[in-house]
Amino acid sequence: MTPPADPLLSVEGLRTVFRLADGREAAAVDGVSFTVGRGETVGLVGESGSGKSVTAMSIIRLVMPPGRIAAGRITFDGRNLLDLNEEEIRQVRGRRIGFVFQEPMAALNPVYTIGYQIRETLMVHGLARGAAGKKRAIELLEAVRIPNPDRRAREYPHQLSGGLRQRAMMALALAAEPSLVIADEPTTALDVTVQAEVLDLLRDLRREFGLSLLLITHDLGVVAEMADRVAVMYCGRIVEQAPVAELFARPAHPYTRGLLASIPGVQVGERLAAIPGTVPPLGQLGPGCAFAPRCSERMEICTTAPPEITLVDPDHGVRCYLYQPEAVAGKARS
Amino acid sequence: MTPLVQVRELVKEFPIRGQWFRKTAPMRAVDDVSFDVLPGETLGLVGESGSGKTTTGRCLLRLIEPTSGSVQFQDMDVLALSSRDLRRARRHFQIVFQDPYSSLNPRMRVGAIVREPLIIHKVGTADTQRARVRDLFELVGLDPNAVEKYPHEFSGGQRQRIGLARALALEPSFVVCDEPVSALDVSVQAQVVNLLMDLQKRLGLTYLFIAHDLRLVRQICDRVAVMFRGRIVELAPAERLFNSPAHPYTKALLSAIPRLEPGQKLERIPFDATRFERAALRQVADGHFAAL
Repeated sequence: MTPPADPLLSVEGLRTVFRLADGREAAAVDGVSFTVGRGETVGLVGESGSGKSVTAMSIIRLVMPPGRIAAGRITFDGRNLLDLNEEEIRQVRGRRIGFVFQEPMAALNPVYTIGYQIRETLMVHGLARGAAGKKRAIELLEAVRIPNPDRRAREYPHQLSGGLRQRAMMALALAAEPSLVIADEPTTALDVTVQAEVLDLLRDLRREFGLSLLLITHDLGVVAEMADRVAVMYCGRIVEQAPVAELFARPAHPYTRGLLASIPGVQVGERLAAIPGTVPPLGQLGPGCAFAPRCSERMEICTTAPPEITLVDPDHGVRCYLYQPEAVAGKARS
Repeated sequence: MTPLVQVRELVKEFPIRGQWFRKTAPMRAVDDVSFDVLPGETLGLVGESGSGKTTTGRCLLRLIEPTSGSVQFQDMDVLALSSRDLRRARRHFQIVFQDPYSSLNPRMRVGAIVREPLIIHKVGTADTQRARVRDLFELVGLDPNAVEKYPHEFSGGQRQRIGLARALALEPSFVVCDEPVSALDVSVQAQVVNLLMDLQKRLGLTYLFIAHDLRLVRQICDRVAVMFRGRIVELAPAERLFNSPAHPYTKALLSAIPRLEPGQKLERIPFDATRFERAALRQVADGHFAAL
């Protein structure tokens, strides 16, 4: 993969493990590497249990016990976030990296007004206070296209509709002028017309604020509209990574192909191309490729060890033995 | 073709608690809705949250009592049935719920969950009921030996199959599917959708398919009704609706679906909800109705 020359965020060999009830540790994220360039939008796609949200939480070091980051390097703006102490990481979190979550009600404090919460963020990060803070809060609400920002600033989260709440959370995320925003399923809870508005807004904000965006989603439609590059996750590993147009035009991994084929509405009236089976639970992975049990193109080698990354194109990587004829041949000989 | 279900002027109002001594107008969740469901078809009912699609589906089965209107099922006037007759009639129309986690009793074995309707409706003997449960498990693609397990031992997709087996136990002809796959992952969603379509063909089922996923609706529905603020604003054969929507709201809704072709930016069509006016459905083409 050709990474951007000077990426804003670079994750290398990230491994985040969780202690299971029986005392064993299982990796929810295992050997994940990717970069987000300046001004770039990277989509991290996967189903539930794929490790996409744990990856995001690892980047901002919010993985709580029984989970812990076991290995890896997370370089953000030249510094390894895993080497920072609590105080230093707090300076990065919220200040340099903003977040937008799926459920705005969980991120907004119900007992304070929207305006107060933005002013508090500005104050904590030493950006503005008093009248200046008030003015800036309203500007931010305006920037996320909330109508009547003066009035809305005085309202509480429950007085806002789902779409407006999502915008308020974006205003909060942007308050400290971060250079990277991590958005975890930002539109999943929204109706399709509201989702379209929020995606359009995200696109505009990205340009206006010069943001880099790590977009975590299960929705390939959202990825197609928003992302420059895509990483597909399955059971804690990135199985394929490519520029968005390349991934949709030439999906290489059987899982990516299956995922694209199972989206309804591609061939009307036909049966959907379902992927058989289900995602295995954490801690029940075999020694080989995690997708092997569900894969229609499984070979003998697939269940022995996880495949390494093969470049099918200079910027298109895939973890699958289908693209490693030497490994398959070597296995057959031995 | 004689419709299997005829819904006419259906209204459901929910009271809104007003301030003391002040009357407030009730909220109309379903506002004068009329449509037919033809035997063997899948009629899609789409709309955003609060549009009244789920309330409409539940009113048809009288899981919620409608305020007024009529629902005709074959030659039965559903809204006029006494509670005893309604219980007896319910075997002909069933529902599959959205959330496979909350719709199955966690303390019952899954075999007992599927068998329960047979017991309530006194169908067969204990032995034939047990055999029927095993057949139903096989029908929906579950291991018949799993009847002794509890719901938590199954994944979301498998639980939805259990819910489907229960709904089909009494051999209904009409099934309301209320967002049956929206809680499932995409790859599992496809399995359950395929199963629904296979069962429809094998058993001659008629579906009212309530959903917000427009791509899915396009894929599986014969006809689609679009709801907005408790009203049907457009009803047409699926392909017709997606290719040439007539109502401004439908146009806006369809333009908001994310495209699957990266780089292709299609213009969103805005819809000003404040200028929405109630209008009666009128035919704009053969089988295509819009409230214009």
